Amino acid sequence: MKRVGVVALNTFREAVRDRVLYNLLFFALVMMAASIIAGQISIGIEQTVIVTLGLSAISLIGLLIAVFIGVGLVSKEMDKRTLYALLAKPVRRWEFLLGKFGGLVLTLAVNTAAMGIGLFLALMYVKSTPEQGDATILVAVYFIWLKLALVVALALLFSCFTTPLLAILFTAGIYIVGLYVQELRNLPMQVMSPGMTAFTKYLSYLMPNFENFNIMSMAAHARPVPGSLIAQNTLYAAVYCSIVLTAAVLVFSRRNLK
Amino acid sequence: MLVAKNKVMSAPAIETENLTKEYPHGFLNLKKRTSLEGLNMQVETGEVFGFIGPNGAGKSTTIKLLMRLIFPTAGSARILGKPISDIEMHRDIGYLPEQPYFYDYLTAAELLDYFARIHDLSAADRKERVQRMLKKVGLETAGKIQLRKYSKGMLQRVGMAQAILHDPKIVILDEPMSGLDPVGRREVRDIILELKHEGKTVMFSTHILSDAEMLCDRVGVIVGGKLRGVGAPEQLVDVKTQGMEILFELAGQSVAPVLAKATRSGDRYRLQVPEAELYGAIEQLRAAGARILSVAPVRATLEELFMNLVEADRAQAAAIEVSGK
Repeated sequence: MKRVGVVALNTFREAVRDRVLYNLLFFALVMMAASIIAGQISIGIEQTVIVTLGLSAISLIGLLIAVFIGVGLVSKEMDKRTLYALLAKPVRRWEFLLGKFGGLVLTLAVNTAAMGIGLFLALMYVKSTPEQGDATILVAVYFIWLKLALVVALALLFSCFTTPLLAILFTAGIYIVGLYVQELRNLPMQVMSPGMTAFTKYLSYLMPNFENFNIMSMAAHARPVPGSLIAQNTLYAAVYCSIVLTAAVLVFSRRNLK
Repeated sequence: MLVAKNKVMSAPAIETENLTKEYPHGFLNLKKRTSLEGLNMQVETGEVFGFIGPNGAGKSTTIKLLMRLIFPTAGSARILGKPISDIEMHRDIGYLPEQPYFYDYLTAAELLDYFARIHDLSAADRKERVQRMLKKVGLETAGKIQLRKYSKGMLQRVGMAQAILHDPKIVILDEPMSGLDPVGRREVRDIILELKHEGKTVMFSTHILSDAEMLCDRVGVIVGGKLRGVGAPEQLVDVKTQGMEILFELAGQSVAPVLAKATRSGDRYRLQVPEAELYGAIEQLRAAGARILSVAPVRATLEELFMNLVEADRAQAAAIEVSGK
């Protein structure tokens, strides 16, 4: 397990040196603009504007990092052959894979936490009277991070057996489907054959449900989040990530390098 | 297959049994291309073993199979008596990949420190070893420069440093001389000899035959995915049959019959004669007033042996193609 940590810290260092965290500057600009706009429109919806814009930006920036860097975690190492010297050392392939995953999830944790704190400060700045429900945005940021971890796991899995471009498309495709899992379950039954109905239903349970992690409207209206939802989402992300990573390890452990 | 007289030593450091690698290719991967065919080979403990062959012969495939970067279609391999799947055994192996490339956002010192951490070395030990290795490969002044700014030769040196960083018992080097200038090659040769003196087993692949002749206790010649001969370089080539070469100077003209066979450049001549005719030729040359500069045996080089094997392999491949098999 120690070797997982060594690989993870190196992956984090790579992200920092490749200036991945520079996106925080972009986010800071978005938040400043949002604060100015919110200040100019009528009182009452300023919180909605700032929170919606801020959480959307955190999610979008995080998704771009999770998909593009996630796909490159292993494929770039195979392409440049940087993992040859490493895998000849006493490192198991699953340790390498988990280390890469851990490194990017750590990078995303630092990134989303910094943006979350930025958003919270911007909100405090425009609001005249802080209320208890404002802390909901911190939970919303935590949920975004859980969602990103799941996306990284998917990107890693796909990049273990296909080309980077296809891996990006597959990951993005599953993400989009995962946003509409609820709609998939509630499709009007009468328009489809019974077989098709069963298929879409099973498919909807197989797909990651990303909508579960979206509590933007709760955050925008400063409604408190029930503890059960936090526990449920944490468990869901942990179990789903474990399954996807196990699949990735199974594929990667048998893979012939070039 | 050439006859090889191997030295009998202790248990082999590396042994392969019927090691085979096929790659699927073509439409739906239905065709198979054999990259390595039934390799049976042993590298003895403490020897320097050269693995020689032309490009695409299967040298790198063998080494990658040993490192478990790729998996065999058939056969098995053992290192230090343990199956290659034994991950802890990899503590005792140092490996330099072919045309190595490393994380270019790290400095050489950081990269070596990273690998030392993977080997679970203590902080003090890491610091000392990293400095020692950088010095050993001539990079002590470049240790703090990011690897993205390194030349190919410098990367090769870093690769060498990471291979021997953890004091392994067996060092496997894939084309360690490629991309190096004469100075760099000399340094790598010195490191290999130093490892040999330390009692380590070294296996390296190369297509630079003079390096193999100079360094190796034994070489294995691989052509077309098949091992074609194993033995000491001097066992693989026959010294006696090649005759003697006389180098001499001769001013002016002479009609000595022996001169007809000599090749001339300026006043100097070079003459090859069978060993039995050596003294007769020298007599004739003395009579003609020649000044003999040197007499040396003509050895068939490893290169000639190598070229013969490659030619034979190509002829065979062409014959198979013609017969449509």
